[in-house]
Amino acid sequence: MFSFKPDRSQYPAPGPDGKIEVDLETGKYLKLWHGPNHPGITGNMSVELTVCGDEVVEGKTHVGYLHRGFEKLMERRTFIQVFPIVCRVCVPEPDFNEYCYAAAVEELAGIEVPEMANWIRTLILEMGRFNSYMMAMGGISGALGLGVVGQWMTYTRDIMLDRFEELTGARIYHMFILPGGVRAHLPEGFEGRMEEVLQTAETYLADAEKLMFHSSVFKTRTQGVGVIDPALFETYGVTGPNARAGGVAKDVRKDSPYLVYDQLDFTVHTETASDIYARTLVRFKDLHETIQLIRQILKKMPKEGEVMTNLPNVLHWKIPRGETYIKGESSRGEYGYYLVTDGTGYPRRVNVRGPSYTHAMALLEHLIPGTNISDIAALMVSLHTYPPEIER
Amino acid sequence: MRHILYRLKDRYHLGTPVFQRDDLCFVTVKRFELRAILTELRDVEGFTHLTLLTAVDWIEEQQFQLTYMVNNRVANLTLALRVMLDREDATGDTIHDLWPTAATYQRELREMFGITFPGSPRVDEEFILEGWTDLPPYRRDFDTLAYSQQTYNDRPGRVTHDPKTHMQKTLYADYPKGAK
Repeated sequence: MFSFKPDRSQYPAPGPDGKIEVDLETGKYLKLWHGPNHPGITGNMSVELTVCGDEVVEGKTHVGYLHRGFEKLMERRTFIQVFPIVCRVCVPEPDFNEYCYAAAVEELAGIEVPEMANWIRTLILEMGRFNSYMMAMGGISGALGLGVVGQWMTYTRDIMLDRFEELTGARIYHMFILPGGVRAHLPEGFEGRMEEVLQTAETYLADAEKLMFHSSVFKTRTQGVGVIDPALFETYGVTGPNARAGGVAKDVRKDSPYLVYDQLDFTVHTETASDIYARTLVRFKDLHETIQLIRQILKKMPKEGEVMTNLPNVLHWKIPRGETYIKGESSRGEYGYYLVTDGTGYPRRVNVRGPSYTHAMALLEHLIPGTNISDIAALMVSLHTYPPEIER
Repeated sequence: MRHILYRLKDRYHLGTPVFQRDDLCFVTVKRFELRAILTELRDVEGFTHLTLLTAVDWIEEQQFQLTYMVNNRVANLTLALRVMLDREDATGDTIHDLWPTAATYQRELREMFGITFPGSPRVDEEFILEGWTDLPPYRRDFDTLAYSQQTYNDRPGRVTHDPKTHMQKTLYADYPKGAK
């Protein structure tokens, strides 16, 4: 079997800071841009790699290809006008932005949300998590040459988008959760159609499990590769499945329950190896947990009730000076909104704390040195990062 | 949370804490004590997770507010430390040695707000913007609308409505009373 043993005999000695002095003139090194337009990259970002043979010596993350200045744009808009912007901070799982922003506004403005709206919000967040995990499973299998799993996952995500369209009127950016509640009730017969989607997903996931987790190729390329030392979790701000794969049983839904998560039964899955395989397995188990949660929510939620509370005239809505931070457990880890208000009709500052900010920058740059170049794509996708969260 | 603040208050100058929720508190600290407080919170009080580091521009008061939000994951407590900086001399103290991820936040603050953090790794490297020579764009005195109008051209024949006025005319034509 092939084993990766780089020849380091020609390497220069590391400097006092532990880094190798890279001199491109020697001809030993090559600068290689992985992205921004590359099938093995997660979204529009790039990693500037310095390679020596097959081994990557250094990697620097470059972002900015998507920067639209969301946080600045929000400061120029009234609280309700911010709405079409927040969801665009994260394409595959936009609903978290809507929830965090809405909850922050509600807290500072002292608005109570009806019980029914909280159930629908939880449902929406779990549907978004389902989609995001589907993209992650497709991405990791695609990065390792199992393109067919990517196609299955894309199809399954697509039929979930049909349910989103039915419920919210939109497929990607839903703008359904807004301060005070949600826009509407569930459509007639929604539960039955959702059950069909979930059963289809389970069928495809059973096939995907055989193709991924029982495949020797997949195991060889993921086990023991891209290991995050659990000692780094705190210093590098690692949260979500990336931390759970290293044995940290932390999940904001369990630890500080929000919405109706305290009324739902679910398990926080952990692994111990902290490698690409463990991270993928945690996501796979979480995905099944999400499917069960969607069923549970539809079963337990009240059948009728208000979904929206009365808001003041949103064109003249002023919120007293204050600041707050709202967080939740997205499919990638802790997602939060820091909102500062100054008594006017506009936010003074909105800051988005996306898990990708730490995972794709400091952590990825720390993990890259010493990795085989063919494993870079899998390593990156296994961290499950979305660039718009970095450059909001 | 309160007993932690009592312990800190014995030795540091703390402002009046604002308990936004039971698990979330904001408090203003002096810049020269920030490092000691953060180190103590991390090593003694269990606030090992740096949730975020960002800035708020209080231009009317000629100050920047740096918000250091740290979290104790075991006790589920979040403490946000506010440090006020003079807007004219916007220099913060780097904490990348306490949390390596802080280097990324500081690099962004350098670019977006023009707040410098001497000694922070790669702090002067471009982060998101490329070849930016204008005012740091997230400062309040940077006018996004004026910048767009100067930098980009409108497509001929295209009309832009101010959303607020347009919505008001469309939805509330008779507001305030008699306006129609």
